[in-house]
Amino acid sequence: MKGARASRTTIALKLGMAVSGFIFLGFVLAHMYGNLKAFAGHDAFNEYAHHLRELGEPMLPHEGALWILRLGLILSLVVHVACAFVLWRRAARARTTKYVVKKNTGTTRASLMMRWGGVTILVFLIWHLLNFTIGKVNPQGGATNDPYDLMVDTFDVWWMTLIYIVAMLALGAHLHHGIWSAAQTLGWTGTAAKRQRAKVFGFVIALIVSIGFSLVPLAVLAGIITK
Amino acid sequence: MNLTLKIWRQPDAVSPGAMHTYQLADVSPDMSFLEMLDVLNEQLNDQGEDPIAFDSDCREGICGMCGLMINGDAHGPEVTTTCQLHMRSFTDGETITIEPWRSDAFPVVKDLVVDRGAFDRIIQAGGYVSVNTGSAPEAHSVPVPKDDADRAFNVATCIGCGACVAACPNGSASLFMGAKVTHLGLLPQGQPERDERVVNMVAQHDHEGFGGCTNIGACTAACPKEIPLDVISQLNRDLRTAIKHGH
Repeated sequence: MKGARASRTTIALKLGMAVSGFIFLGFVLAHMYGNLKAFAGHDAFNEYAHHLRELGEPMLPHEGALWILRLGLILSLVVHVACAFVLWRRAARARTTKYVVKKNTGTTRASLMMRWGGVTILVFLIWHLLNFTIGKVNPQGGATNDPYDLMVDTFDVWWMTLIYIVAMLALGAHLHHGIWSAAQTLGWTGTAAKRQRAKVFGFVIALIVSIGFSLVPLAVLAGIITK
Repeated sequence: MNLTLKIWRQPDAVSPGAMHTYQLADVSPDMSFLEMLDVLNEQLNDQGEDPIAFDSDCREGICGMCGLMINGDAHGPEVTTTCQLHMRSFTDGETITIEPWRSDAFPVVKDLVVDRGAFDRIIQAGGYVSVNTGSAPEAHSVPVPKDDADRAFNVATCIGCGACVAACPNGSASLFMGAKVTHLGLLPQGQPERDERVVNMVAQHDHEGFGGCTNIGACTAACPKEIPLDVISQLNRDLRTAIKHGH
């Protein structure tokens, strides 16, 4: 093709998804670490949350570093979702007549769930921000200006914990395929051994993230973490 | 063996198609899959019906001409081409569903025949090396490491049958492109055009309407030549390098 541009190809879109995906991975690992502070008690958890807002002071204004990180995440979200949408539409147009019988030999369930799993995570993300960041809705009507109390009040409600556990399963499945897929897209898996390592790494990180996030809600529901 | 066959019939490229059911008796387990279809066509000829159109050429598993979706697997249940698949891989009384490759970039010509010209145009876009005419240079003047030569040869076994596209849930031809880009990119002769090659091939691939790869791996499971997923990593890496070089 005359005048073909590498940056306009489907692979460039995938590179956008891979890089933004790795930024999200860094975020969820840091977020999980912060959540686990709940096991250290009310003060440790709230101090951590408060410190996030003071990060970088006095060089940066109050919440300055937090907003820089947030802007980076918002940009990553726009890139990740926009590229996914374009690739989804392309894939739908690549096969408009479906097979009567189709087996997906050699595939994992996680790899086939990426798109709807991603939508699930996006819907959860909106719910989660309304719950804890923007809206600060306390389902038990208690305090909302105390992050620890808001968290305990939320996960004491069984169906709230259930929503979060389901979301973490979706996130785990997304990471299970997404991490190795991003490594492959970046061209890091050029041999069978490297591919195997990337798949194992993806699976282990997915387990750590989904279990690490689920521990706190389950501990609240079980009465291990209390106000 | 007695079989029930559900086969896609479509009179031409523009008319709508549908699945038709046929009964076929006394099939030998030693027949190849295409020989079984030959027998069915003889039966259809005797009944004055239009025989089923399907592609085949060498029937040795080396040309890449044949290719059918058999019970939801490209080239059927074995790791081989449709022509090298034998009826012993099926059971007596089985119902077998046979469909053409489904990809909008591979339009159906008739029944089970699809037009894979899109692959030819991808090759024309960059799947070659330019060599000046004149006497052939001394082969030993360009040394190739044994590992590279072996790997290039292994991925050069791609016969361009299109099973990767047929199996891919995204209808992507990344395994095919990856095989070509890896094969030529490993050899010294492929270096001068390496950046242009990957950019032009991928741009042509996108232009033909193939989907993007999501690394599901259905392609490599369907590939009769067992081209590994490594080649897609190489394809992505070459494109990333091309972006870095300003393409």
